[in-house]
Amino acid sequence: MELEAIFTASVFASAIRLATPYIFAALGETFAQRSGVLNLGVDGMMLMGAFTGFYAVFITQQDGSLSEPLSLLFGVLIALLVGGLMGLAMAFVSVTLKAKQGISGIGVYLFGLGLSELLFQQWVGTPKSVSGFPRITFPILTDIPVLGEIFFHHNLLVYVAFALVPISAFILNRTTFGLMIRAVGQNPEAADAMGVSVTKVRYATTTIGGMLAGLAGASLSIALINLFQQNLTAGQGFIAVALVYFGGWRPWAVAAGAMLFSFVNALQLQIKVIGLDIPSEFAVMAPYVITIIALVFASKRQEQPTALTKPYERGE
Amino acid sequence: MSQSSASTRRAWFSRLNRLVDFSPVIVALALALVVASVLLLALNANPLEAYAAMWEGAAGKENATAETLVKATPILFVGIGITIAFRGGMINIGGEGQMIVGALAGTTVALIMGEMRIPPELAKEKGAFDLIIVTCSLLGGFLAGALYGGLAGLLKAYFDVNEILSTIMLNQIAVQLMNFLLNGILLDPAEAGVNNIPKTARLVTAAQLPRLSLPIGDPHLFARTRLHWGLIIAIALAVVIYIFLWRTSLGYRIRAVGENERASSYAGINVKRQMMFSMFLAGGFAGLAGVVQVLGLQYRLQTDGSPAGFTGSAGFNGIVAALFGGLNPIGAIPAAAFFGGLLVGAQKMQRELGVPASLITAVNGLIVVFVVSSEIFILQRSKRRVSLQETPEGLGSSGSDPPDSAGRGGGGG
Repeated sequence: MELEAIFTASVFASAIRLATPYIFAALGETFAQRSGVLNLGVDGMMLMGAFTGFYAVFITQQDGSLSEPLSLLFGVLIALLVGGLMGLAMAFVSVTLKAKQGISGIGVYLFGLGLSELLFQQWVGTPKSVSGFPRITFPILTDIPVLGEIFFHHNLLVYVAFALVPISAFILNRTTFGLMIRAVGQNPEAADAMGVSVTKVRYATTTIGGMLAGLAGASLSIALINLFQQNLTAGQGFIAVALVYFGGWRPWAVAAGAMLFSFVNALQLQIKVIGLDIPSEFAVMAPYVITIIALVFASKRQEQPTALTKPYERGE
Repeated sequence: MSQSSASTRRAWFSRLNRLVDFSPVIVALALALVVASVLLLALNANPLEAYAAMWEGAAGKENATAETLVKATPILFVGIGITIAFRGGMINIGGEGQMIVGALAGTTVALIMGEMRIPPELAKEKGAFDLIIVTCSLLGGFLAGALYGGLAGLLKAYFDVNEILSTIMLNQIAVQLMNFLLNGILLDPAEAGVNNIPKTARLVTAAQLPRLSLPIGDPHLFARTRLHWGLIIAIALAVVIYIFLWRTSLGYRIRAVGENERASSYAGINVKRQMMFSMFLAGGFAGLAGVVQVLGLQYRLQTDGSPAGFTGSAGFNGIVAALFGGLNPIGAIPAAAFFGGLLVGAQKMQRELGVPASLITAVNGLIVVFVVSSEIFILQRSKRRVSLQETPEGLGSSGSDPPDSAGRGGGGG
């Protein structure tokens, strides 16, 4: 059988790599949604983070003003900053101006899509590559057969993404800030009565969500693909939003969903590589079909933050 | 409080409300203009020159105007559908996918019926028109889009799947379905094995929508342009849907569900069925947008394989036009023309000033954000004004009561 040709170590390794942007973006979105804000602009924020992060690395590497590690750090910071600013704008629109979140998010997406393409065409022109985050070689560990390739030969951002999963779970479930986030998303009236500022918490989570979306974009443009092109993310931000629903708003389950999705994606790439007789269109389609089916089953659970998409209005 | 002063106040508010109806759009447009100007300045382009180039490109010549209207046609179809969906409380982001599915079905119908009804020697005859083929093809496109949209409605109604997410997934699935069919069974037989550009065979002339010209001047206005009857169909349907939404009980039920799901349910409206129905109609109109692009403009279904390769993002721009038209199908007509003009004008701006046309995508996004923000903002302000008059500040803000009843309780006391 061809099974051995499909489920190779490199497929598992690339599944882990491909999960990185989904994990960053979906964890950020988990924070926002847990506090009651549906940020649908994730993909636009990812695109802006991807472009600005890439551009920061591109220019500093070209004129040699920063050493390679510094230029990559600079790129990450810029992506965090730009993503955070867009998250802040999203918070202003959906918390302060109380705009309909589904629709305003689409606006933010279109804005990010258009602006990243505009700046790319204006400042860079044609797709050019940068030397992004190098793969880390661990002593001994990387040389372990199979497991070494799967787990111990990735770039830094991959490990950062996976490290963020327990950190996010800890913040949400074990800290005061996490309690405030959950309270604001579950029962904003009660949280308000207890003296928690619904506005401040939602601003914080949406901004964190934006920063992580920016980082998700940068993980594509300066760590995984190492270039920028028009619509680089191709809708990955929307998948990240779906993963949050799929994972029932729990970081571990969200990350598991991201792994499942990226595994299907890696399989699809592998099927193309070994030239299996499945039309490539169906292989590309599969993750989306699976996501819809997953959403059907995920929605049966009653864990959705009660105040999700509902702007908070103090009774007056 | 005396009766007369209360009634003057009511009259004042209704006048204010009428003004407010249009103001979000004006505010949004003004803000978008400001931001676009800043962006242009940042790109070292003179905003005035850019706008002049856009105007020239969008409406300067007969052909420019026609191209604007050609671009506006699919946006209007999608915009009408989005209006129905949003009025019904369904956030349909699936215009792209529904367009594609509609185009696939409508084109297939047109190709098959063209072969059946038109002898090969008449396939390219000029001026031929077969109402039956065109009608069936349009209906096929509508139905396919409607079923695709209705699927998202069904998932929402019975499985509680967020329709925003499902329609976004369905968009991606439709793109792959189109690529698969256009590279396979729908591939133009003449192209098969030659270069495999994903496209269908050309429609027989009888299956094409006729070009549209107005009997003004000689030669007739728009006679030498690509303008086609799709525009007239779209405008006529905008009027029909206006009447449907505001003058029929079916339309009323859709809007009632959109306004207040729970109250509609108590009033005996089958909320689930209305959800599916509004998504069914929305998908149908997007499907029409797709099939009309083929029948009226391209005469074959073709793509470059990218997500917007066939649709030209009309499925997204339709959302912008619907919002910009105040979620009113009649308002969507000028809105679609405006965005059609933006797209065509941006090409000219790109040629003349070297500013990438993707500026328009960014501006469209801003307009969406500004429309939804200012809408609510203005609503809030007028609400606050009312409550300030009736409630001493600080009263009625106890957290445990639902906000509405707390407000009213304060007002009564």
